[in-house]
Amino acid sequence: MKDTLQNWLPRLVVAPTFLLVVLFVYGFILYTGYLSMTDSRMLPSYGFIGLENYTKLFNLRHWNIALVNLAIFGVLYIGICSALGLFLAILLDQKIRAEGFIRPIYLYPMALSFIVTGTAWKWFLDPGIGLEHTMHVWGWTSFQFNWIKDRDYAIYTVVMAAVWQSSGFVMAMFLAGLRGVDSDIIKAAQIDGASGVTIYRRIIIPLMRPVFLSAFVVLAHLAIKVYDLVIALTGGGPGQATELPATFMYSYTFARNQMGVGASSAIIMLVMVFSIVIPYVYSELRQGQSK
Amino acid sequence: MSHSENAAPSNKLVRALIYTVLIFFVIYYLLPLYVMLVNSVKTLEDIRTGNLMALPKLLTFQPWRDAWSNAQIGVEATGLKPYFANSLMIVVPAVALSTITGALNGYVLTKYRFPGADIVFGMLLLSCFIPFQIVLIPAARILGLIGWSGTIQGLILIHFVYGIGFSTLFFRNYYAAFPTELIRAAQIDGASFFQIFRRILLPSSGPIIVVTVIWQFTNQWNDFLFGASFSGYTSTPITVALNNLVNSSTGVKEYNVHFAGAVLAALPTLIVYIVSGRYFVRGLMAGAVKG
Repeated sequence: MKDTLQNWLPRLVVAPTFLLVVLFVYGFILYTGYLSMTDSRMLPSYGFIGLENYTKLFNLRHWNIALVNLAIFGVLYIGICSALGLFLAILLDQKIRAEGFIRPIYLYPMALSFIVTGTAWKWFLDPGIGLEHTMHVWGWTSFQFNWIKDRDYAIYTVVMAAVWQSSGFVMAMFLAGLRGVDSDIIKAAQIDGASGVTIYRRIIIPLMRPVFLSAFVVLAHLAIKVYDLVIALTGGGPGQATELPATFMYSYTFARNQMGVGASSAIIMLVMVFSIVIPYVYSELRQGQSK
Repeated sequence: MSHSENAAPSNKLVRALIYTVLIFFVIYYLLPLYVMLVNSVKTLEDIRTGNLMALPKLLTFQPWRDAWSNAQIGVEATGLKPYFANSLMIVVPAVALSTITGALNGYVLTKYRFPGADIVFGMLLLSCFIPFQIVLIPAARILGLIGWSGTIQGLILIHFVYGIGFSTLFFRNYYAAFPTELIRAAQIDGASFFQIFRRILLPSSGPIIVVTVIWQFTNQWNDFLFGASFSGYTSTPITVALNNLVNSSTGVKEYNVHFAGAVLAALPTLIVYIVSGRYFVRGLMAGAVKG
């Protein structure tokens, strides 16, 4: 009897929290999926209307603005963070004496809330009191920087703040990757007379493919989920100029009483995230097993 | 690190250039924090007439006192103090619960392989990456059904459940490297499931407990979406309160109070980062690199 209990105990210990996750994650996904095919407005309702909400969603100008903004934001955010991260990691890998001092400074923004980052950048970029005003006080009176108030450029200010927050983290990922490169390969290349730049370009960076992939997956899923930063920095404005899918979902569901449309937008976000994360997690798990 | 020894350029000019670039980025990452700090001790008059970079003409800590206990947030002039307390009351139990759960799950998933364990782990792992918009509507329903809408307990439950995935991931990867023979030997000696966990695994789990606690604390303290969606009058967390403070449309914009408030909201996670940055980075890495 005691043996049976000991045999079942491990499963009994995992079961409650696993079931909680099954309900709160997978059950909720199914529920939201079902709501996206109903005529829910302010409250959930169960009149089935098929894919009507999705048709409506993709005909909404507001949603298309959010998608275009996500594309602009995603490409720039991932691109700049990766390039800057790699660049700083390579510089820090040159036996820099102050590395222990510099590295934590590059990384601390990652510990901050997006609301804090958003607040800081909101006033820093505000033409009235921020950078523009400061330049004027310093005597450069023709200096203009009002992107945060400009419909065409406001989305780039979201990129600026997000890159500031995340690039140090990408740097840390690349630095760990650089430190993991087998030094024998590099010594061999040096004996063959390769220069420092060539070694990086031809040998080290190609070896960092897995780090690029990890960085891409992390940044891409952060980009799709970004919500707080936009709320704190621009509130989605001016107008709808910085709306992203996450802010769209929230306002359609909770402010505009279009829960069915809001649910369908959440499903699209989930599909986007999963199409990036599932192949990655799957391949990582398989690699882990074959080791 | 060994390879950079030879790869490092010997040219003094190049090294000077590298240091210049690195220092430039030190300034870049510190600038928003500097702006927040220096303007949080200025008078409003000083901010309007002066510039954001300048040191205060007149040092004042009134903005800090206002942000902490006087500022108008929502309808009442309570300052951030009660919201800071709310955040603590939400985050401390939620972090403890999800860390304990993660430890137990990690123990079972590595040392008591049962059929389907990989599926259980895969589902827990995938739950780390979902965009939370997908669960907002059903989570609000469930909290309503159990009478926990707008309460501290409700937010504890939400943070706990959505923290299980990462906690399990951290402990599973850590315990995977722990020699299973030791567990088997203890079992032969008649040690029970919980005895083995308490006497053998827990004593050597210090580092991973620190990593998990820091990760969960940072994420939950910085959360905005759940706080904005599920908190009520008496359970609003600090991130939501800060956003309300900064973006309230009424009255004069007290930038100095906003900056002081932003620093107050950032302080707990910043302190954690400064005290144990090494573990913070490890958590970030473990979150990005699985297997």
